[in-house]
Amino acid sequence: MSVTPDTKPALKPLKQPNWFSRLAHPGQFLVWSRYLIWPLAIISAVLFAVGLWFSFFNSPDDYQMGDMVRVMYVHVPNAWLSQFVYALMAASALGTLVWRHPLADVANKAAAPLGAVFTALALYTGALWGRPTWGTFWEWDGRMTSTLVLLLIYLGIIALWRAFDDQLKAGRIIAIVTLVGALNIPVIKFSVDWWNTLHQPASVFTASGPRMPMSLLTPLLIMTLAFTALFGLLQVVRMRTEILRRRADSLSRQAALQGGGA
Amino acid sequence: METPVLSAEGLAVMRGEKLLFSGLGFAVGAGEALLVRGPNGVGKSTLLLTLLRVVRPLAGAVSGLGPTEMHHIGYQHGLKGRLSVIENLRFWKQLGGGTGLAPEAALAEVGIAALSPLEAGFLSSGQLRRLSLARLLVSERALWLLDEPSAALDTEGEALLGRLIDRHRESGGAAIIATHHDLPLAVAPRTLVLVAAS
Amino acid sequence: MSAFLAVIGRELRLAVRAGGEALTLVLFFVMVGVIVPFAIGPDRPQLMRLSTGIVWIAAFLSMLLGLDRLFRADDEDGSLLLFTTSALPLEAIVAAKLIAHWLVTALPLLLATPILALLLSMTMEQWTKTLLALLCGTPALTGFGAIGAAVTVGLRRGGLIAPVLILPLAIPVMIFGVGSADPLAGNGATLFLIALSLVVAVFAPFAAALALRSASE
Repeated sequence: MSVTPDTKPALKPLKQPNWFSRLAHPGQFLVWSRYLIWPLAIISAVLFAVGLWFSFFNSPDDYQMGDMVRVMYVHVPNAWLSQFVYALMAASALGTLVWRHPLADVANKAAAPLGAVFTALALYTGALWGRPTWGTFWEWDGRMTSTLVLLLIYLGIIALWRAFDDQLKAGRIIAIVTLVGALNIPVIKFSVDWWNTLHQPASVFTASGPRMPMSLLTPLLIMTLAFTALFGLLQVVRMRTEILRRRADSLSRQAALQGGGA
Repeated sequence: METPVLSAEGLAVMRGEKLLFSGLGFAVGAGEALLVRGPNGVGKSTLLLTLLRVVRPLAGAVSGLGPTEMHHIGYQHGLKGRLSVIENLRFWKQLGGGTGLAPEAALAEVGIAALSPLEAGFLSSGQLRRLSLARLLVSERALWLLDEPSAALDTEGEALLGRLIDRHRESGGAAIIATHHDLPLAVAPRTLVLVAAS
Repeated sequence: MSAFLAVIGRELRLAVRAGGEALTLVLFFVMVGVIVPFAIGPDRPQLMRLSTGIVWIAAFLSMLLGLDRLFRADDEDGSLLLFTTSALPLEAIVAAKLIAHWLVTALPLLLATPILALLLSMTMEQWTKTLLALLCGTPALTGFGAIGAAVTVGLRRGGLIAPVLILPLAIPVMIFGVGSADPLAGNGATLFLIALSLVVAVFAPFAAALALRSASE
């Protein structure tokens, strides 16, 4: 008969490796991410200042669209971010499912509303652009429709995050949804394009290099960088907020448990 | 003791954000029964679920038999009210696979043979519990994880439960039982008392 | 294999005993078709033109309504926990449940399409094409539905969230489903629909089982 220790209340949580990966990594993140906030804020402010100057004062009118072409400098970065953020969420979903990294589900949760806002802005600016060029705010063309579906997927994921009480459990389950969405997005794009092939051909990059004149491309690239830096800033801030909120919740629950009698 | 059928080492389990226990280690050999005791909320059920590999421990490991060599009885029975008693039992026998009593024989063993054609939704909670116990008999498994198995059972039912566990042990099986009651067992079991983690 | 069939058998038996849940779904399916002419007018040529789309919308909504109980009942009565001790892997159990679910929720809709065909003045050719498309496309809907039901199994409000998650993902099924009845589309849409159903049917049990395991972890 083996020896059975009846109880082992002794606790040395921080010495155990799993504890470390579960709690200390977000703690480490809180420490080093603090030094990212100001540089990111300054970088995006400078990029926005330069990009907006180029957009308004140092780029030509379009011979057809006139001043309206400038909407592109906001529209294209948001359209790019709508997909980039989802790719980031899919990568973090892998981190949650495969490596069970605690920062990964925080990253997913923080990114979802940002992605939704960028996608909504892409649709909004697209509509503003569409009014004078196509004569209508909304056109069921392939790209706008796919973007709309992407927005719906973002909103579904946000709704799912809000529905769960236990955020640790939510992380893995939402990671599954995020990955199913990521696998499905190309299928959706393909099917929507098949459904309606009326969209404009891709015009920024082609096989033979950029076809767009440099005068338009420079502000476009700077604005894209500016929006991406803004996303980076907001993502870091949101992740920090989420980690701190989880800690606060955890502390108040522990206090309640101890107060409730042991 | 020869190699244990199941052993746990350095187990720490968290539920929600509460650490239930840590550094828990024990081993159960063939023919042994282990009673798990402790106050409500200390994590007895969760310990059984951890041994079943359903709950992931924060630290430590469970080694030995896998979930397909175990039976688990909890406060829910996995029984469908719209299926008859015998249909429910046949289903779990087919899903459990392996050898074991015929469903009819198992029902007779737990004393509810007469209820066999009745829809399970009409059973009392004690009768449901007995039907759950019959599940232990229709497919043979080396380890039984029983969570408050005597709940809702009458005195005669408790004696039946004791007999089933005794017989299971005699044939080389093991059982881990989370309970507040003293079970009428032929050979006294070992006891593991869980205490709330600080 | 007998365990796999046992799961299908149990699901079918429960569906039959549960007193016409499948019939209620068929009723809902037909009702959507009945309500549309009130909204868009009884003009027969117009109804005929829109009929394929209406049938697909009705099928979509009916299948979303039916998916909530898919895993919830098993979760509530403890069956899901006992599945982990089963000799059959959870993925196979989920696959068996999906087959049964398709038989109980999709097949009756297919059988009810003649009623809608009549009400919406479909031509014979439209009806056969729509029926074929539904046959090829509904397995994908069941698969997406299973993922939605599995990720929301632990949620009390899951009944509302699962459809919201699933609808955007299932849009390609709708597009190719309606598209394959389009005389201009050719065979491509039907083939794509079959491919989609096969991929989703293979993939969904794994994703759903993973979600179910994560939910109890």
